[in-house]
Amino acid sequence: MTDAGKIIAGIVLFLVIVTSPMWYQLVSGSTPGAPKLEMPVDVTDCVEGADYMRAFHMDLLNVWRDDVVREGDRIHVAPDGKEYDKSLSRTCMSCHSNKDAFCDRCHDYAGVKPYCWDCHVEPREQP
Amino acid sequence: MGIDRRKFLKVAGVAALGLASGSSKQLLARGSSESTTAGKPAVGKRWAMVIDLKKCQQAENCTKCVDACHKFHNVPEFDNPKDEIKWIWKEPFEHAFHNQEHEYAKEELKHSLALLLCNHCDSPPCVKVCPTQATWKRQNDGIVMMDWHRCIGCRYCVAACPYGSRSFNWRDPRPFIEEMHDDFPTRSRGVVEKCTFCEERLARGQMPACVEACKEKALVFGDLEDPNSEIRKVLGANFTIRRRPELGTKPEVYYLV
Repeated sequence: MTDAGKIIAGIVLFLVIVTSPMWYQLVSGSTPGAPKLEMPVDVTDCVEGADYMRAFHMDLLNVWRDDVVREGDRIHVAPDGKEYDKSLSRTCMSCHSNKDAFCDRCHDYAGVKPYCWDCHVEPREQP
Repeated sequence: MGIDRRKFLKVAGVAALGLASGSSKQLLARGSSESTTAGKPAVGKRWAMVIDLKKCQQAENCTKCVDACHKFHNVPEFDNPKDEIKWIWKEPFEHAFHNQEHEYAKEELKHSLALLLCNHCDSPPCVKVCPTQATWKRQNDGIVMMDWHRCIGCRYCVAACPYGSRSFNWRDPRPFIEEMHDDFPTRSRGVVEKCTFCEERLARGQMPACVEACKEKALVFGDLEDPNSEIRKVLGANFTIRRRPELGTKPEVYYLV
């Protein structure tokens, strides 16, 4: 066990290096290289709160998908009582009309590849 | 027996690898929703269709219903007939109704074209064989629905359907869609598709695209459970046939010949 000191020090060093982005974020309070998303101009209200959408939009879309396709339930009631179509292309994309600058920018950063757009038609670019 | 350093490091290493790969594999945002409501939904307990072949055949070479349907639902047009995708199509009468046809039948009937689509069977064999419930019969209105998010492309349903109503996407359909209809999704490679009686249009209070497109009024769509509906009046006043009723699938598309 003569090398115990070196090995333990090595493991600690490794952990510090691997987790350094987290420490950096904690200390500086900012995420390095976080994507700047293009937000809708005139609209401020969404189908749910912004924090919820940021964290759980994928779950909401899955629930919407099953509601519409399998249950035929097409109306989403927002917390403020407003009613929306449960539709990615009609509701979400009518405000977030720039897929590249909203969906893709963050998905690329997070390294996820959702396959919504294999079938659903993304909004055409405004002339 | 104690654990030595070598063994500990091995186990710790494997465990760390497992943790790292597990957390990076989180699946996000799978699929999304279909198109949705705007008008008041059309309500029916058992949707069905009557096709008046005489009226249909009056307009020779007419493909308005086929065009309207395929355009609305982003059905691709492949150059190779083996890849063909069809929701509604025309077939010689003697092929479509080979149990009704005999060699002395009216010549014009034998060689005429019959309009075919998914029969939305009351006892659909495609539903029974689907291993993922990607296709199922809706309890509230009898439509044999498809969930393209869930289809794994096993093609059991294609084999089970005795009417050839189901098509498989052997290739990516996107490049073969002439004019994209933004309000309806396309399908992807490896997915089966078929007519859904325009359930997304019914939900908005519209008639199916083919019915709306037929200027000859050869297509009657309605609710069989409503005794005052037009379809019940047509069925009650005329002799109608169905495709291969002897199979027990209870097809819900009726033909006036």
